[in-house]
Amino acid sequence: MTLKKEVISILVDNQSNVLSRISSLIGRRGFNIDTITASATQDPDITRITIGFTGNEQSLSQILTQTAKLEIVREIFVLDPSESVFRELLLMKLKADKSDRGAIREIVDIYRAKIIDLSKDSMIIELTGAPEKIDGFMKMLDCYEMVEFCRTGVTGIHRGVREYTRFED
Amino acid sequence: MLKMTGAEIVAELLLEQGVDTVFGYPGGTALNLYDALYKYQGKIRHILTAHEQGAAHAADGYARATGKVGVVMATSGPGACNLVTGIATAFMDSIPLVAITANVADDLIGRDAFQEIYITGVTLPITKHNFFVNKIEDLPHVIRQAFKIAQSGRKGPVLVDITKDVTGLSAPFEHKAPYTIAELPKVDQEALMEIAQIINKAKQPIVYYGGGVAASDGGPALRELLKKADMPGAYTIMAAGVLDYEDKRNLGLIGMHGNVAANKTVDQADLILALGTRFSDRVAQNMKKFGSKATIVQVDIDSSEINKNVIVDKSIVCDVKDFLEKVLPLIEERERTAWFEKIGKWDENAYKPVDDSSCLKPHQLIGKICSMTREDAIYVTDVGQHQMWAAQFIKHINPKSFLTSGGLGTMGFGYGAAIGAQVAWPEKQVIHITGDGSFHMNMNEASTAVTNNLPVISVIFNNKVLGMVYQWQTAFYGKRYSATTVERKTDYVKVAEGFGAKGFRAETLAEFEVVFAKALKEQGPVWIECLIDKEERVLPMIPNGGTVDDMILG
Repeated sequence: MTLKKEVISILVDNQSNVLSRISSLIGRRGFNIDTITASATQDPDITRITIGFTGNEQSLSQILTQTAKLEIVREIFVLDPSESVFRELLLMKLKADKSDRGAIREIVDIYRAKIIDLSKDSMIIELTGAPEKIDGFMKMLDCYEMVEFCRTGVTGIHRGVREYTRFED
Repeated sequence: MLKMTGAEIVAELLLEQGVDTVFGYPGGTALNLYDALYKYQGKIRHILTAHEQGAAHAADGYARATGKVGVVMATSGPGACNLVTGIATAFMDSIPLVAITANVADDLIGRDAFQEIYITGVTLPITKHNFFVNKIEDLPHVIRQAFKIAQSGRKGPVLVDITKDVTGLSAPFEHKAPYTIAELPKVDQEALMEIAQIINKAKQPIVYYGGGVAASDGGPALRELLKKADMPGAYTIMAAGVLDYEDKRNLGLIGMHGNVAANKTVDQADLILALGTRFSDRVAQNMKKFGSKATIVQVDIDSSEINKNVIVDKSIVCDVKDFLEKVLPLIEERERTAWFEKIGKWDENAYKPVDDSSCLKPHQLIGKICSMTREDAIYVTDVGQHQMWAAQFIKHINPKSFLTSGGLGTMGFGYGAAIGAQVAWPEKQVIHITGDGSFHMNMNEASTAVTNNLPVISVIFNNKVLGMVYQWQTAFYGKRYSATTVERKTDYVKVAEGFGAKGFRAETLAEFEVVFAKALKEQGPVWIECLIDKEERVLPMIPNGGTVDDMILG
């Protein structure tokens, strides 16, 4: 079976340890996730958890049905790439002295990234974009010496107006 | 409005749910809860066990034997931790259980206070859901919700952890009706029609059914289906007793120690209708080859069970009984004579243990137990060889009458569970079939049975080895008996007497018959030590990852 990248959006009760309930499930079922993020929503009772996941059809169906069983889960759905936008934030620290700066800045400009910190021998670059764009950007810069980087993990939202059903007890 | 303490509110909520029996063990943080139980002792019976694990198994056994929610209470820290094996056992077998634990006062939480443990964290993967209550106003909703969750959809255990201060504070309390159990998913009409067609067209169909049929009380409807479609059925250990052993269409146990005909039929079937079962590795041992010639149709209330272990061709997510009742009118009456003839041929190769009157043979021993007990007797097992013999040789006729730890395989489950069943059904005969290994784990519960005059009969299959592991070491590990030839000198008769129970010993079937007849007349618990040869095997056997073609018959 072929592996596919999917982004799953989960609306859960805003309670303590909801994230551990989700991550415990992922751990014990042996799901291979790439990223996980949690954030507030417009409804103070609800938290959104977004999971980046690589798997086949069976493992996707398992992660959806197993997660849906958790009492705290109100809704779970796969974000269809054609109807959704995805974003991720990258912070990257490169070793760069005077001689490298110009070339790096050129790439930074093309990708509409930002240099947010500069020292004599290093710089920190910030980039927001779809995960593939960030992958591409990092590839462009892989000839420079990377000190460290961090990515927030993907978050995503449906285009247009989408109503979600609230499950009441 | 009437003001009550948190602990009294807990008691009132239990009464609201129709609970009249709880199993448990007190402790420091549970003092308020137990003070309320003292006040409510006329309405709620509390059974004190020797160990919290015994209490959890007792609540589980009570639930299995009645279909009601079992309730267990424990104090914080070690008390709560000791419930873990019991909760996990219930979780794996989808048994409705509510565990109420006390925790340290809220201002001590997170400070490693005396007997503090993060039990909601510990039990996260082994409960359907759990709650931590540190505000008294949350208590009524949480407990009502706990009972609802335990009984809704696929049943299971729920834990409610309450801080000590909440149990001591006072708050207004108002009675409400218990929350309605979540509505079951509706049977999809289109899928139903399609499945009926598949059944009607099948030449060599079989129903492979599990605990879901027992949980939904789907036995009678299943019997009708097998009769109308003239098709065979084979069951997992969780469904023993759902259909009568004498029903000729009921082929028997399936899987690793299942019988030849049941396993062969599944292997050769052109349709496997899987009802309320999860293709566990003890049945679908080789997940790729399981039913490889068949169209597989799965009916389960839990959508996450569909395609989890074996990829199926067609599925429907609903209550099994509901499915059976709705599919029945769509089923054409058939006579599948040729198919049953084939099955009959396979059945001729069935494993037939040989009788021997000079010693105790497991099949004869169980046969004797069945012939001497009443029809409504409840059999409870521990885990190991004796469990498989019990599954194979008991003449199962009633659902909710064979209580066994199927999924988790918990040695030590039996005594507590038998106590729970006997408390639920004081008039029924409760026979605890156990091994010397399992029995040593929780024999302390004899004290509970003695105190409460519970006439549980423990039949101890003593082969002086940890038999199931010993059997595997014999077959697959070159007879290197690592830690299985236990050199215990336990005198069961004396130990039983020490607890205040009756103890007997039998070496032959004739001796057993005499002492078992005495045991059945006792008002309190009895132990019967039965000496079994350590080379007795559980047969047939399909080794790990094998199929019916790899079956070992002798």
